[in-house]
Amino acid sequence: MTDTVSQEVSPSPAEGELLELALRIAGAAKSGEQLEVYVSRGVETDVRAYEGEVESLSSAASAGVGIRVVVGGRQGFAYAGTLEESVIKQTLADARDNATFATADEHVGLAGPDGVAPTSLDLWDDAVLRTPSAAKVEMALELERRARNADARVRQVAFADYGDMAAEAAVASSTGITATARRTVSSVAVETIAGADADSQTGVGFCAARGPGDLDLDKAVADAVQRSTRMLGATKARSGKCAVVLDPRVTSTLLAVVSSALSGEAVTKGRSFFADRVGEEVAVPTLILVDDPTDARSFGASTHDAEGLACRRNVLIENGVLRGFVFDTTSARRAGLASTASAVRGGYATTPVAGCRALLLSPGTLEAADILSRVGEALFVQSITGVHSGVNPVSGDFSVGAEGLMVRDGQLAEPVREVTIASTLQRMLQSVLHIGADVEWLPGVAAGQTVAIDGMALSGS
Amino acid sequence: MSDAGSATGLLVETPVIERVLGAALQRGGEFAEVFVEDRHSTSAVLDDGRVEELSSGRDRGAGVRVVVGETTGYAHTADLSERGLLAAAEAAAAVARQGGGRRVVALEHRESVKRNEVEQLPEDVSKARKIELLVQADEAARASGNAISQVSASYGDGRRRIQVANSDGTLVADDQVRTRFSVSCVAVGDTGMQTGYESSAFTVGFELFDTVDVREVAAAAARRALVKLTARPAPSGEVPLILESGSGGILFHEACGHGLEADHIAKDASVYVGQMGEQVASPLVTLVDDGTIGPEWGSFAVDDEGNSAQRNVLIEKGVLTDYMWDYLRGRKDNRGSSGNGRRQNYRHLPMVRMTNTFLLNGDAEPEEILAQTPTGVYVAKLGGGQVNTTTGDFVFGTVEAYLIEDGHITEPLRDANLIGNGPEVLRRIDAVANDFAMGPGTCGKDGQSVPVGCGQPTLRITGVTIGGTAGD
Repeated sequence: MTDTVSQEVSPSPAEGELLELALRIAGAAKSGEQLEVYVSRGVETDVRAYEGEVESLSSAASAGVGIRVVVGGRQGFAYAGTLEESVIKQTLADARDNATFATADEHVGLAGPDGVAPTSLDLWDDAVLRTPSAAKVEMALELERRARNADARVRQVAFADYGDMAAEAAVASSTGITATARRTVSSVAVETIAGADADSQTGVGFCAARGPGDLDLDKAVADAVQRSTRMLGATKARSGKCAVVLDPRVTSTLLAVVSSALSGEAVTKGRSFFADRVGEEVAVPTLILVDDPTDARSFGASTHDAEGLACRRNVLIENGVLRGFVFDTTSARRAGLASTASAVRGGYATTPVAGCRALLLSPGTLEAADILSRVGEALFVQSITGVHSGVNPVSGDFSVGAEGLMVRDGQLAEPVREVTIASTLQRMLQSVLHIGADVEWLPGVAAGQTVAIDGMALSGS
Repeated sequence: MSDAGSATGLLVETPVIERVLGAALQRGGEFAEVFVEDRHSTSAVLDDGRVEELSSGRDRGAGVRVVVGETTGYAHTADLSERGLLAAAEAAAAVARQGGGRRVVALEHRESVKRNEVEQLPEDVSKARKIELLVQADEAARASGNAISQVSASYGDGRRRIQVANSDGTLVADDQVRTRFSVSCVAVGDTGMQTGYESSAFTVGFELFDTVDVREVAAAAARRALVKLTARPAPSGEVPLILESGSGGILFHEACGHGLEADHIAKDASVYVGQMGEQVASPLVTLVDDGTIGPEWGSFAVDDEGNSAQRNVLIEKGVLTDYMWDYLRGRKDNRGSSGNGRRQNYRHLPMVRMTNTFLLNGDAEPEEILAQTPTGVYVAKLGGGQVNTTTGDFVFGTVEAYLIEDGHITEPLRDANLIGNGPEVLRRIDAVANDFAMGPGTCGKDGQSVPVGCGQPTLRITGVTIGGTAGD
């Protein structure tokens, strides 16, 4: 999930230093030219434990700059993995040169201040920087120890990792944008292997928080152990139509896929099955989907988007009716709308695009056990595979590998593996039976909870 | 930027590296390594009929690794000065606590064997020429049919210069140039939208376009989207499957490639543990991983640990003959690396990775295989895949597939994932043709992506589960 680091290599930059640098470069804009500078800097630490030893300890610091230039509706971009002034100068020259090759597009342009004030969010825990490497190493070792001793059926711990990162970014532009955002994330992850030989099963458990003090090692271990041991003896199920009950993690993955069809970029370019459907019923009436990066509980929370606008709450689907999409500045102009402050970027090396950060399905009233007792015979899906190869957010076609347990008489029954579940995203949204109350905040762009969906095609034997 | 050492092809001068390695071993490490990387890349995208963006970038830095017993320390820095490198060496050395005293490292520069000469460095080609390719592709895709509603064309080149030095005295450099071109299309019809994708990617320079016509790449992507407009849902359940040559090397990458990586083996996290010398696949299966084949996407002269690329036979006539190794796994098993130590960039530790992984030709004629298959699914192109090496269960998705009826290809099918178990599927291969072909891919493992090649001749699997929705 993260790469790694220790404090020896690079101290945290003084606050404001990044913004100063971004402002200084953005100040070089020529007349008739829009110039945006995104500067980021981060430190990471990664520890992996194996058989009571530290298998690896990585420490790293990285920094970089990404520069966008827009002249007459033509955009150019260049980046560099360093903050050296001489390299930044060359990067700016490259971005300017690159802009001359783009096709002029009246919609292309940088964000400008829109008067929305940022929500105050505390996404930073100094403990990530203060905690000595030795203590982080000890957490990984302890995680592995507990996983090895948790259950006699666990024969191997494939990995036991501690990782953290502290990242800061600043964006400044000649169009009046000045913004900074910073956050920390700390996590543990462990994979256990239960059983032997032909019947080996794996389970991954993890826990993520803003700082190492809030990590629950036992929760991660228990999750991994339960997932690996309850799959022992799994066989293929028979093909047929059935309801599925999705584990919160699977729901989160599913929402992430749906989110790419809610991107204003995809919609305005005719690459979304949601295009032209605003105001229509696209889901069951109980379904409310909101992207709210101002909710500090979400791991995608942020004060500002990647273009420096204040993040805000965007309602996407309300009582089953499609209300709108997420936009960055350019895609919003193409749609004749204003940015929803939903620009995201993968770091200094890429340009901003429209995307969700913090999706949440409004929780229902039922706990997971209540849902199981109401679905009749169904497949409880513990994990899915092949999301990138089997789900198409343009056509909506959905087909993924699945493993989990059959649900019989309201209880989890025999384990099932090597099957696929298939439908279309359009139909799945219209076939939601229950949305759980058991929200789990997960790393990634969406939280998850137990969700039951009817009428999936299960392929097995 | 400093070009010191460029006369010898080295990014950092040898005496500096020697001192950094010495410092890395100061606290008692057994092995130390410095990996230096300088990467330039250019990409250009045409979308929605417009050249949207030309992007260029540079990433340069070094990673220092120190091994003590079973423990590895790693630190990286973007600062290639001696001071920056020494700071990284000290951070990496922090895992060693014994205090071994300063050791002197003497390096001997080994010339890497060039597998193919780059004829035209992409950096010497004008940006206008690269843009022209995008425009040609856009026109060709849109000319393929009125139903094509959207086209995105993407050009990319990258030059990655690396230098690897370690405390065993190795000092070697490589200059890797890769060029790629891809097109994705959307087609609209009565049944909604469908997508098509095609790419061409090789470890070569701009001369790629002497042999690859971007209009053909575009036409292939467009055709794939158009064909699926009339596609019906894929079947559900177990079916006989034919994979067209070059369409599905990803099958072997997932069904057994990952499971034969020695790091999974060492942790008893692979179905292929303890299977050496055993029949793990149909006798028709001979599987090779080969990083030396000139221009293929997964090729290089030296890997990211300084070992020369090799050709390794993994499965011969169905019998497991070898795993793939990096430095650490090889050292543990008292053997050398197999040239499979790779990393995404200097920010990452190397690990066991595939290069170009492929199934060798058999004797059958592809037409015969089809004619002798009464019913089933014919896959003309696979997309991605994913595997759990411990259970061997893997999925792979179709992006162009057809129904087989009475030994003939008939109706197109909508995209679906297929699911199988590695060893089981390998045993069910009952026909292999003589029409080998391969293609490019990107392999992700533990958060790191590297370019790989995959290939196979046309082949048949007697039964595999396809996850369609037919029967609704």
